[in-house]
Parts: sequence; structure tokens; C-alpha cells
Amino acid sequence: MSHSVNIRGGRIVDPSSGRDETGDVFIADGKFAASPAPGAVEIDVRGLVVCPGFIDMHVHLREPGHGAKETIETGTKAAAAGGFTSVVAMPNTNPVADHPGIIAWMEERAAQFGAVNVFTTGAITVGSQGEQLAPIGAMANAGIVAVTDDGRCVQNHEVMRRAAEYCGLFGLPILDHCQDASTAGAEAMMHEGYWSTVLGLPGWPRMAEEIIVARDALLSEATGTAIHCQHLSAAGSVRILREAQSRGVRLSGEVCPHHIALTDESLAGYDTSFKMNPPLREQSDIDALLEGIADRTIGILATDHAPHAVYEKEVEFAAAPFGIVGLETAVGIFCEILLHRCRVIDLPRLVAMLTINPARLLNLDRGTLAAGAPGDVTILDPQREWTVERETFASKGRNTPFHGWKLRGRAVRTIVGGRTAWHLEA
Amino acid sequence: MADALASDLGGEGQIFLAGIPTRGVPLARRLKEELGSRGLAAECGAVDIAMYRDDLGMRGGVAPLRGTELPIDLDHWTVVLVDDVQQTGRTARAAIDAVLGFGRPKRILFAVLADRGGRELPIRPDYTGMELSVRPGAKLRVRLAEVDDGEEGIFES
Amino acid sequence: MIWTRKDLIALSELSAEEIVFILDTAAEFKGVGQRRLKKVPSLRGKTLVNLFVEASTRTRTSFELAAVRLSADVVNITATTSSLSKGESLKDTAKNLEALAADLIVLRHSAAGAPQFLAERLQAGVINAGDGSHEHPTQGLLDVFTMRERLGRVEGLKVGIVGDIRFSRVARSNIWALTKLGAEVILIGPPTLVPREFERIGARICHRLDEVLPELDVVNLLRIQHERQKAGYFPGTGEYASLFGLNAARAARLKAGALVMHPGPIHRGVELDGSVADGPHSVILDQVTNGLAVRMAVLYLCGSVALKEEA
Repeated sequence: MSHSVNIRGGRIVDPSSGRDETGDVFIADGKFAASPAPGAVEIDVRGLVVCPGFIDMHVHLREPGHGAKETIETGTKAAAAGGFTSVVAMPNTNPVADHPGIIAWMEERAAQFGAVNVFTTGAITVGSQGEQLAPIGAMANAGIVAVTDDGRCVQNHEVMRRAAEYCGLFGLPILDHCQDASTAGAEAMMHEGYWSTVLGLPGWPRMAEEIIVARDALLSEATGTAIHCQHLSAAGSVRILREAQSRGVRLSGEVCPHHIALTDESLAGYDTSFKMNPPLREQSDIDALLEGIADRTIGILATDHAPHAVYEKEVEFAAAPFGIVGLETAVGIFCEILLHRCRVIDLPRLVAMLTINPARLLNLDRGTLAAGAPGDVTILDPQREWTVERETFASKGRNTPFHGWKLRGRAVRTIVGGRTAWHLEA
Repeated sequence: MADALASDLGGEGQIFLAGIPTRGVPLARRLKEELGSRGLAAECGAVDIAMYRDDLGMRGGVAPLRGTELPIDLDHWTVVLVDDVQQTGRTARAAIDAVLGFGRPKRILFAVLADRGGRELPIRPDYTGMELSVRPGAKLRVRLAEVDDGEEGIFES
Repeated sequence: MIWTRKDLIALSELSAEEIVFILDTAAEFKGVGQRRLKKVPSLRGKTLVNLFVEASTRTRTSFELAAVRLSADVVNITATTSSLSKGESLKDTAKNLEALAADLIVLRHSAAGAPQFLAERLQAGVINAGDGSHEHPTQGLLDVFTMRERLGRVEGLKVGIVGDIRFSRVARSNIWALTKLGAEVILIGPPTLVPREFERIGARICHRLDEVLPELDVVNLLRIQHERQKAGYFPGTGEYASLFGLNAARAARLKAGALVMHPGPIHRGVELDGSVADGPHSVILDQVTNGLAVRMAVLYLCGSVALKEEA
């Protein structure tokens, strides 16, 4: 199987170098090269956009332990079908990935079954219980690119401070699922506002996210460690990020598609396809997130792909697990909303948020078309119209709120290390 | 009808004319007046049979209840059910059940303005204004000034 | 209009016309309760299942009696006796009941949205007897029925609802029914228990009962739940009673003819004094009688629509 490919005639958008021009891209033996390799596969991409392979730095692959929801194999196939060449796996598996042995297991599994590149993360604390630091150094040796207690949030600020100090030794960023337990409350299952009042469902207020974003800003400033706020949902979080960044604090943030596509009003029918954490909030929050994307306060886009088995979601609202799948719809939603509907950013910026920005945060040698880098490419058609059909997903999960949505923008080919991992049947 | 009723019920005692909504109700009132002018005192009211129907669930929706006005205890009363048109007999059966829910009348009689035939239950009116034969599938409408606009009468459509 | 719904899930979904339709139907069924034979054959041969995942004796008994007076057969399932406690999903439990030919399911559940979940999946009619903090539609209806019967109208009435509004399904159902029928709703309680979001649907908020008491036509007192105190929403029943309890002194300042209502069970000395509960303004017992009539009406209406002709 050839790992060499000549990609001809596309619009090359490579934010890492500032390139935006029509031309050819060559991959020889799995790495970008200056000239075509002999015997390479020829791909004509005239009219399409050639990008460095997209990186999704927030994905739940569910293995080990929750294979009924998804496996590394099905999850990475879903990634490829969504235009992603690399995913960063979250550690809230079963058991929690808080130990080098589990990391090694995941790395090996990914090497064997992964359709795209898989990068692992380790838990900050043992069992993500928020008390004792996990063996971060040993996990760093095993290959993690960041630490996170995602799914949970370290509540004890002193523990988080020590984690931030300790991670400095390994140059690992901390990814934080920002949710203050006391203001959110243990029962909360949606945004606290008009709709939670009408529906009689317990909700958690914006301030529960903003409180933690603020503490992360202070800790990052004090320790110098990069802290990245995951799946931002609240207007105030953007404000705090902006202020911290203006003083050079290494605080970053990411946005997931659903938090700019939907509001809490969607929950009116108690449809569990809209139950996720952090929850869908109000239009004013969407506006603030879009502003944050426009002015570069928020630099990264991710999915928080969280598959569940169908029977798990088909229960009364209170009993349903949080989360939706996202790998196969993200690029479409981001193009539709950010490029076409709201016109918040241009194409090169969108590409940057999915490539060089996450790559830099995680110190990955990816997200670029520079010669010598691994030959990961996403061929994008930003105008392509398509309709989301959940039964065609490569993921095991069907839990999407976007079923039936008509979107403009889709990846049409995913190339990993010079090999086509997926392409759209014409 | 009033003549027949008056001659049969001459010495009966308590007589109650129970109109079946909608048009049985004004008819019952008119009968009361007619009987009164023949020297026979009677009370009148209404018995809504909706709660006693045997075809619930077959009609696609539920119409509003029309209201029942019956003296609370009908023991020893002679009840005359009054309706405008009799066809299958199911309405009359439901009306009998409804009336029995109020007590144990001495007698129940049934008076109808127009009998169009097509019985599905063995319930025959005791007093009939007129017998009509109507095309199967045709509707028979009675128009009364108390309830309808336009000319009074019985119309086939 | 004609009633076409097989389910009664939430008053927020009903039009004012539909609410009035139910009230008028209930008035007829209240008449049935005064007859010699208090039973009508409307639901004869049909099966109603009381599926009470959250326990309640009063509401369940009321529904049971309503069903029996409509000649339906009744099966009672409570959480402890059902397989739900063994982990069977709500959906499977209901599908099993339907396979046993249940025509109507009355559901009380601690999860908001559970009746809607079932209604979407079952042919049987689903009646919400209380779902978490969301709604308790028959309670809202019987409250409004009582107000209409006693005061002759609902439009223009000033109705005060007092207590834990935040977690109360009775409050929500009342708020929807009353605002749709043109009453002015005033929500009264401590700031921690009265969400401002209700202003958006036209309710007024007042944190001092004494300020607003003399203008009320109706005072609807909600039960104050011990769990809220434990969770820190207010300091204690003593403080609550002194600020918001309808004691005898406060009751003396009520308008003539004002109604005092309570969904029950009452905490004498907390939400109201015993003398007020038994006093001339109180229509608490009427509420119970009217509850039966309203539930008969609801079962009659939804049951008629849900019944399917055997193929």
C-alpha cells in the first residue's frame, strides 16, 4: 500500500506557514516532501481545499471498559469519516487512564486498530477523584500529550495548583472540564434559566463554569503552566479568558459545535439528544463564544465526541447519560455556522483552529504541511451540501442532535501518513 | 303525540319528560306545554347520554358534554324519554341507562318525533310523531326554532 | 371544539379553550357524584394502570376512584412492587403493561419528562399524575375548578401562590392554567425558592406575604418540604412560618370571600394554622371532591380518544 501521494491542483491552506495558494502537495513515504515521489498515487483536488490533517483534541474513544458505546477502531473510523487525521483521547475510561499501563494499552490498541492517529491523555488525579496526583511522569513516558480529569473537575484548588506546578516539569498542558461542583449542584442536567424553570429540571448556572475558568486563569498565571479550558459554554468564561490572555497568561479555550449551534430551548421536548455537559445555554452565550472565536480569544475547535449505546439514551431524561457524538458532523457544523451563516471567521482561520493551534498547545509535530512533517491531509469542500443521517455514521453512537440537518461544508478525503483513511463516495 | 300521551298517562302521578340533547330538550319542553293545555302536569329536563354511549373511541374525538337536568331521585316517577329522530336505538338504550343511574322509575316510556327505521337494538318508541322511510345513508335533520336558524321542519339530505 | 388528545401531560401545552373544556366536563362529572348511582359505564371493559413510581396514596386513590366510577378496571403498581426497582427500564415496564392491554396509564414519576417519554412510545393514553418538578396537571385543573366554582370566574382573579415555587409541580401547573385563563398570578416566597424566570410568562413576584395578602382573591399554599431545608434553601420551618405562614392574624386580613387552598397534605402550624385550615376561607376539602370530578373528566376524555377499535 502506497504511502506516497501527489495531491494536485487544490487551494492549499496551511496556517502554520501562512500559505494560501493553489498548487500541489506531495507526500513521500508518509511525510511531506518538496517534490513528487515516483509511484505515488495521483489525486486531483481542483476546486477543493488542501489542509493539514485536522486534529480533534477532545474525543471519548471509550476503551478500555466501555466498548459497547465505542471502540478505538470505530471511534477512529468515525474520525476519518469526519475529516480528522488525529484525535486526542480522554482518560475517563473504565478504569480511568491514570496509570502508565493503561496508557500503554491504549497506545498499542491504537497502533493496531486505529484508522487515524491517536494521542492519549492521562488523568490529573488518581481515578479522577480530585485528591491525589496520578503518576504523571510515568504516563508522560508512556506518551501522553496532556493531563485532564475530563468528565470531572478537580474541586480542591490546592490540588489543582500542585498539579499545575508538577506538570511544568514535563511541559504538559492541563485540560480542564470547568465545572464547580457546589454552584452546579449534583443533580444538574441542563442550563439554569427560563427553560430549566419551565421544564422542572435542575440546572447549573454559568457561574459554575466561570468560577473554575477564573481559578484556572489565576493558577496558570502563578505557575506558568498552560491550562486549556475545554468545551466552553458560558459568556463570562470568554471574558475571563480574554482578560487573562491580555496579560500574557497561558490560558486557552476550545468550543464544540453544539455550543454554538443550539440553545437550551432545544430541551423543551425532553429529548435526550440534547442532554450534554456542559449544557446548551442561551443565545447571549452563543454570541459571546462567536465573538471569542472572532477575536482569537478562543483558538481551538473540538468535538467532545461522546458516544453512548442507543438503549442508554432512550430513557427518561433524568436517567440518560450526558453527551453526543460529534466527529462526523463537526466540520459540517463549523463550516455552516462560522463560515457561512454567521461569517465569524475566514477559511484559513477555521483551518488554523483545527490544525496548528491544537498542535502547538500539545507540542505535536502535526497540523502543518511543512516538509518532513507526517503526511496528514484533510481535503475539504467548504461548499459541499449534505444532510446528516445518523444511521450512516461509522461511530457506534447514534446520539446526535443534528440528524436531518442540512449543512454546507464537508471533508471529502482524509489522508493519514500518506494513506487515504477515508474518502467520500462520489 | 301529546294526545296519545295525555290519554295514556291521565292518572299517572309524577311525570318527567327527559329530553335527549340537543333537540330532544326543546321538544320535551313543547310536549310539557301541550300536555299542560290538556290538563296534565309534567316536569321536563334533559339527560345527556354521552357518558353512556357504546361507541366511545370510534368517533375520533370527544364532543362537549351537554348537561343533565334530572331530579335527583326518580323513584316512583314516570319518565318519558324524548328525542327528535330514532334510528338504531342505541341512543335510547344509553338514555335508559342514564335514567336508571338516578333511581328506579315506575316506568320509562320513549317518545320520538320521527322514526326512520334501521333498528339495531330491540327498542321501539312508544309514541311516534311520524314514521318516515329514508334512503339508506341519507341524513335526516330536524330543525327547531329554539336551536336552529331557518324554517322549522324535517329535512332529508 | 372537540377533545382530541389521548394524553394529558402538561397544562403548558393546552389552550385556554381546552382547559375550559375539561372544567366544563368536570362540572358534569361532579353532578354524577351527587346521583344515586355514582357510576357511569363510559370506560367499561377498559383497563387503567396506576403506575406510581413515586409514592402517593392520596392522588392514587383519587385516580382509582375516578376510574372505578367510570367502570374501568384498575391495576395499581407502585415502585416497590414493580420491576422498576429491579432495574427494568421505564420503557420496558410500560411496553409490558401495554402488551397486557392497558388502555390508560396514570404515571407519577420523580423524573420530569417521564410521562412525555411514555406518551410518545405507547398507544395507551398517558395521564401525568406528577413528574418531578415539572407539572401535576390534574392538581392545577382542580385548583382552577375550585376557584371558578366558588368565585364564578377565573379571569381577573388575583391568585397568590405561596411557598416553594422552585421545586413545585403544583405551582407550575397552577401558573400555566391561571395565566392562560386570564388570572393575575402572584408568586410569594423566599428569594431562594421563587425563580425570577416566571416573570417571563406574566407572573408577579413578591417576597413579603403581608404586603400583598389583602388584595388576594385566592391564597394557594404549597407544602414546604423538609428536604429543601436540609439542602439549605431556607433556614428552618420556624422562620418560614413566621414570614410566610398563613396564621390566624394574617387570615383576619384576607378579603371577604377570599379562598384559602392547599394541595395537601398540610403541615399545620407551618404553611397555615389549624384554625385557618378549618376556617371559613378554607376550601381544602372542596379541592378533594373536585379532584375526583376533574380526574373523572380527564380519564373520560383521554380514555375516549385512546381507545382503539379492535381490528
